[in-house]
Amino acid sequence: MTDQLSRVFGALADPTRRDIVARLSDRDATVGELAEPYAMSLQAVSKHLRVLEEAGLVTRGRDAQRRPVHLEAEVFDLMTMWIERYQRRAEERYTRLDAVLADLQEGRDETPRETKDAAS
Amino acid sequence: MTTTDQQTRYERAVIEPDATVPAVHITRDFRATPEQLLRAHTDPELFARWIGPDGMTTRIDHWDARTLGSYRYVSGHDGTEYGFRGTFPEISEHRLVQTFCYEGMPEAIALETMTFEDLGDGWTRLHAFSLCDSFEGRDGMLASGMEVGVHDGYAKLDRLLAEG
Repeated sequence: MTDQLSRVFGALADPTRRDIVARLSDRDATVGELAEPYAMSLQAVSKHLRVLEEAGLVTRGRDAQRRPVHLEAEVFDLMTMWIERYQRRAEERYTRLDAVLADLQEGRDETPRETKDAAS
Repeated sequence: MTTTDQQTRYERAVIEPDATVPAVHITRDFRATPEQLLRAHTDPELFARWIGPDGMTTRIDHWDARTLGSYRYVSGHDGTEYGFRGTFPEISEHRLVQTFCYEGMPEAIALETMTFEDLGDGWTRLHAFSLCDSFEGRDGMLASGMEVGVHDGYAKLDRLLAEG
């Protein structure tokens, strides 16, 4: 299960694959259509698609000729939601850090400090 | 040091799971000098004010912020306490390296490297790199953090993948 999750995160870490996912969120497309804007071979694009497919992010249609690529939006949304939630928690922490740093800027912290410098 | 685009301002934390190692990259800009940012990470009173987690109060139990020093702090909420501890392999002007673990899972030790990049004009970019002990640990951390249902998330994903 977690291998699966790692594959999803791994698959989305590549900019080309993120771009493919973004384009598939509009509509299904064939390998040829997906390859068009990239300066890479069909084989290279197919390889990216295989990574996305193994991660469960895309599926291929049954139509033997075209085999359109379809985005499994639910899996993608779940990943995005998790990362967003993690991002929100990090941001809450850093917003508090902003406030601490603002105090340092204004010298409000320059009251008696028994702490010796960290590097001492 | 990591070189990044100095024109872009990371006013909100940007999270990137690493593709090749079980790590997470966080980038965030602060209106402060590298020295102030380092101090906010190494002065126990300042650190306790911002580290969180959200909605919890943090008490510093042990703090020796020097290269080869160690730390322990306890975050609490409604009588439940969570302990966190680690060591500081390196503390220098532009870099802070610390090990980190949640005492509920002491075997899962993460290695965190914080780099403070001076952007000029009173801004400093924090590059935080958290290397976990396994992909499972990294993904569990990303998926929900330690306090809320990792398992709910996995169960839901299981279902989605089974349907696919």
